[in-house]
Amino acid sequence: MFRNQYDTDVTTWSPAGRLFQVEYAMEAVKQGSAAIGLRSKTHVVLASVNKANSELSSHQKKIFKVDDHIGVAIAGLTADGRVLSRYMRSECINYSYSYESKLPVGRLVVQLADKAQVCTQRSWKRPYGVGLLVGGLDESGAHLYYNCPSGNYFEYQAFAIGSRSQAAKTYMERKFETFAESSRENLIKDALFALRETLQGEKLTSTICTVAVVGIGEAFHILDKETVQALINEFEIAGEEAPANEAAPEDQGGDAQPGGDVQPGAADQGPADEGVAPMDI
Amino acid sequence: MTKEHANWSPYDNNGGTCVAIAGAEYCVVAADTRMSSGYNILTRDYSKIAQLADKCSMASSGFQADVRALQKHLEARHLIYQHQHNKQMSTPAMAQLLSNTLYYKRFFPYYAFNVLGGLDSQGKGCVFTYDAVGSYERVGYSSQGSGSTLIMPFLDNQLKSPSPLLLPAKDAVTPLSESEAIDLVKTCFASATERDIYTGDKLEIVILNAEGIRREYMELRKD
Repeated sequence: MFRNQYDTDVTTWSPAGRLFQVEYAMEAVKQGSAAIGLRSKTHVVLASVNKANSELSSHQKKIFKVDDHIGVAIAGLTADGRVLSRYMRSECINYSYSYESKLPVGRLVVQLADKAQVCTQRSWKRPYGVGLLVGGLDESGAHLYYNCPSGNYFEYQAFAIGSRSQAAKTYMERKFETFAESSRENLIKDALFALRETLQGEKLTSTICTVAVVGIGEAFHILDKETVQALINEFEIAGEEAPANEAAPEDQGGDAQPGGDVQPGAADQGPADEGVAPMDI
Repeated sequence: MTKEHANWSPYDNNGGTCVAIAGAEYCVVAADTRMSSGYNILTRDYSKIAQLADKCSMASSGFQADVRALQKHLEARHLIYQHQHNKQMSTPAMAQLLSNTLYYKRFFPYYAFNVLGGLDSQGKGCVFTYDAVGSYERVGYSSQGSGSTLIMPFLDNQLKSPSPLLLPAKDAVTPLSESEAIDLVKTCFASATERDIYTGDKLEIVILNAEGIRREYMELRKD
């Protein structure tokens, strides 16, 4: 993308029918550090790469709990992500207050998308520069959505955003058909493998990544460093073998595997195209 | 010359009594489960106790619609607090929040008479007692509601520390053990049920201690 005379503000169309400010906002997402999400019928796992600016500083928080049944991983302008997480939390609390039940994930992402769209059609605003992977559970099952700065949103079986996310997507494209029936432990391991792909050879340790899980009977929570490191050690000792399908060995992780009813999964697409102008999908 | 009064009131009194007692390592919060209106009983099985946080419970008598709205409001505020601070609210913090929430509606109050009970950050029992507009105080024990006039003097007799002029200042907690405190609460309600028509049916007791939270029930007279 190059500078041109139609990219100064978001309310100016280009002759080719594009809004460059929105596309630039999506570029900001691609520059952020990687975040991935994958889901089975009963669980959703979110993971992100958390690199600190220097050894002296703390890591940027990229995964947020929105409610017991919903969490979000972000990539891009993390300040925008923080603000949107606060909005999402507020919406969940207000819905629970009014209806005494959990806000369905699909409703939340629509509200989020509408909020993002407003910023693509006001001359005094700018688009949010953050992509959100929203993972959650509701009565219709486990869901993973991706919300763009453009105001679009899609449901996924697995997805990755941020820098070098293509490597993670390639890994997940090979394996996504196994995710639906995957056990919780294998899903987390797949998330860690996918995350490792984005590191391009750098060693994966629990200090530079964050992993979070939500599932049937399991509220959204971020796994602590020890648990994550234990899982990483397991598959590194095993000699870089990617976890097998459901016939895989019993869980060896510290957490017990909750037995859950299998919910029918919604029909979903694979990872998005990247060739077309993003808002056109 | 006399002022014209409204022929409709936004409030109703659903009666009932609440008690809370703070111990060295526990807190007991109790309330009856009768809900009335006038001389009628609406239900014999309505809980007046809400768990606001892991280690904090609130019992409220008065107008139960306002009580429920107040409980929901505090629960929502607690969620926000947890998101922002990554931990549960302490009981003293919740006590201040309740006071502020009540005073916020100083000119159209929540018709709710509350006792807040829980463990403070040291694990000691604490009880806070309120009026309808948020005036509050930390105490070792308290009762509110229609039976409070019968129960409070009895608790003073059993639990009040001797004059502070004679002894060094004591903690606002009772030296009673947890089971003794529970028995005392049962005695209070059994007595109040005898003479207060709005108190009875069943007693719900919530006990908070280091292990967590548990509930006990006791049948009361139904007349």
